[in-house]
Amino acid sequence: MTTDQPVIRLWELTKTYGEGEAAVQALRGVTLSVYSGDYVAIMGASGSGKSTLMSILGCLDVQTTGRYLLDGIDVEMLYEDELSEIRNRKIGFVFQSFNLLPGSTALQNVELPLTYAKVRSHERRTRALSALQAVGLDKRASHRPAMMSGGERQRVAVARAIAVNPSLILADEPTGNLDSVATADVLGIFAELNRQGRTIVLITHEGDVAQHAKRVVRVRDGRLVEDTRLAPIDGPPPMPGLAGHDLASAR
Amino acid sequence: MIRAESVRIALSGILHNRLRSALTMLGMLIGVGSVIMLVAVGTGSSRAVQKTIEGLGTNLLQISPQGGAFRAFGGGGGGGRATLGTLSRGASLTAADVTALRDKAQNPDVVAVAPVTNASVTAVYQGASYTPASFVGTTPEYQQIKDYQLAEGSFFTAVDVAQHNRVAVIGETVASNLFGVADPIGNNVQFNGSNFQIVGLLKQKGTNGAQDQDDVVMAPLTAVQDTLTGYGSYQNVDVEAASPSKESDAESEVTATLETTHKIAAGGTDDFRILNQASLLQSSQSSNKVFTTLLGAVAAISLLVGGIGVMNIMLVTVTERTREIGIRKAIGAKRSDIMGQFVVEAVLLSAIGGLIGVAVGLVGSHFTVVGIQPEVADYSVFLAFGVAVVTGLFFGLYPASRAARLLPIEALRYE
Repeated sequence: MTTDQPVIRLWELTKTYGEGEAAVQALRGVTLSVYSGDYVAIMGASGSGKSTLMSILGCLDVQTTGRYLLDGIDVEMLYEDELSEIRNRKIGFVFQSFNLLPGSTALQNVELPLTYAKVRSHERRTRALSALQAVGLDKRASHRPAMMSGGERQRVAVARAIAVNPSLILADEPTGNLDSVATADVLGIFAELNRQGRTIVLITHEGDVAQHAKRVVRVRDGRLVEDTRLAPIDGPPPMPGLAGHDLASAR
Repeated sequence: MIRAESVRIALSGILHNRLRSALTMLGMLIGVGSVIMLVAVGTGSSRAVQKTIEGLGTNLLQISPQGGAFRAFGGGGGGGRATLGTLSRGASLTAADVTALRDKAQNPDVVAVAPVTNASVTAVYQGASYTPASFVGTTPEYQQIKDYQLAEGSFFTAVDVAQHNRVAVIGETVASNLFGVADPIGNNVQFNGSNFQIVGLLKQKGTNGAQDQDDVVMAPLTAVQDTLTGYGSYQNVDVEAASPSKESDAESEVTATLETTHKIAAGGTDDFRILNQASLLQSSQSSNKVFTTLLGAVAAISLLVGGIGVMNIMLVTVTERTREIGIRKAIGAKRSDIMGQFVVEAVLLSAIGGLIGVAVGLVGSHFTVVGIQPEVADYSVFLAFGVAVVTGLFFGLYPASRAARLLPIEALRYE
C-alpha cells in the first residue's frame, strides 16, 4: 500500500501561542513523515505538545513556522472554508469525548460529513449504513447517543470518521473515556481498518494503547524524542495482549 | 438538497428547546396578531364613518342659528343644541327664511328645503311607552333630503302640513318598541298626550356609527307646532344641493339669501351657520386614518420587540451550541453551512410565530372592540407576516454570523 507520496509530511514545524513575554512554545521543530497504510501512535505526557500537533495535523489549527503537507497539499495557504473541505474529504476525526450530536441518531451522525460533502441523500444513507456495519453497529442505526454505551458511541464516531473514505484517520485519545473492554473493542476496529489499508494516526498517553500501532513516536517539550517501529508498514498491525482483561491488569 | 437539509437541522434545533422556542414565537405572534387586529379596528371605524356620510346624504347642508360670537358645537344630525344659547339673542330661522331659500331664482343649486323643529317626546300606545331618540316636525322634502325610504304606508304630504293633520311616520326601532310585531299603520299613538295617526313605516337604515337612524319619528311641522313645540323659530333648516359638486355653490347661495333676510351687512357676523356634513365627516375620516396609522405603528413596535426577542434567543442558542458548531466545522461544515443553519432557524421561528399570529389576528378581528366591528385589511396581513419574516432574517443574521465565525479548535474545547 505504500506510495511515494507520504500522507503527512512535516518540516521543522513550530507553534507558538501568545506573544512577547507570555509566549508559549508548544512545538519547537517537528519533522515527521507518515506514509499510506501506516498506523502511528504519537505518545507524550500532557503538556508535551501532542495535542497541538494533533490540532495542526487535523487542520483545526495552523503552524507558526515550518511546513505541513497533507496528501501533498500545503494547508498553510488555504482559507478557512478550504480547510473545512480538507477536513471533510481527507481526515476522519475520532475524539476522546466522542463529539457526537446528541439530538441526532447514530445514522444521522454518520451521515453528517457526507451531508457537508454534498452527497445525495440516497447514497448518503447507503454509505453511512455500510460504515456502521464496519463497526458492527448497523442494528443500532436509529439509536441516539444517549441510549448507547461509551464503547458504542466511540464506534459510531469511528463510523463517522470512515464514512467519507478519508486519507487519514486521526484519533485523539480515543480510548481515554472507555473501560478496558470497550478499549479493546475500539482498538480491534482500528487494527481491522488498518489491515484494510487505512492510515491511522493515534494520539495517546497510554503505553499499552500505543503498543497496538506499527510505529510509536514520542513527543516531549515540543520535540520528537523517540521514533520506534514495531511492525512493517506492509504487514498487519501487532496484536499485543489481545484480551481486555490483560490490558486492564497491565495498567 | 442542502437547503432541505438545513431546514431539517433548523427544525430539530427549534424542537430541541420547545419552551424557549414557543416563548420566542409568542413575541412574533403578538406582534403580527396586534398589527392585524389594530389595523382592522382602525379600518372598521373609518368604514363606520363612511357609512355615516352615505346615510346622511352627501348633498346635505344643515343650517342652524348662531348668535354673534357664540360658537356652539352642532355636530351630528340633531343640531338642537346649537340653538340653546342663541334664541334669546334674536338669531332665528323663520318661515320667511324658508320661503326665501325655496326661491329658485335666488338659489338655483338648491333642490329641496325642509324646516326642522325638534321635540323631546314620550310615545304611548296601549300601555307601551317609549322615548324615541329623535322627534322631528318638518315638511315632506325632509324625506328626500335625508334619503328615507318607506317600508309600508306613505310619507305625510304637503296637504297634511297645510291642514295641520296629526299624522306621523315612524322608524323600525320605534315601531318594534311600541307595537312589537303588530302592524303600526293606521293606529293612534300619543306623543306627550297628543294623538297622532301612524301613516308610514320607514325602511330600516341601521346605524350610521353614531346613532340609530331607525329610532325616529317624523310628523308635519304644523301639527307638531300646534301640539308640542309652539310657533317659535326652527331649530334647523336642512337644504339639499343639486349634486355633491354643486354643494359649495349652494352653500354660498344660501349664505347670500340668509344674509339678505337677516339684514346682515356685508362683512358683518352671520347669525347662522351652515354645516356641510360631507366635509365635516371627511375631515373626521382623515383623522381616522391618522388613528389607524398610529394603531399600526404601536403594533409595529411590538413586532420589532418580537424581532429583538428572536435575536436574543438566537444569541443564547449559538453560545449554548458552540460545541455542536465546533463538531460540525471539524467534520467539514463551511461558514455558509453554519450561517444557513442558524438563519433558517431564526426565520423559521419568526415565520411560524407570524403564521400563528395571522391566525390569531384573523380570529380576534371577529370580536367587536369598543363598539367597533373590526375589518381585516388584506394588506395588513401580508405586511405583518412579511415584516415578521424579514425581521427574523435581519435579527438572525448577526447571531448566525457569530456562529459561522467560531474557530473549530476553540468551539471544540468549549464546555
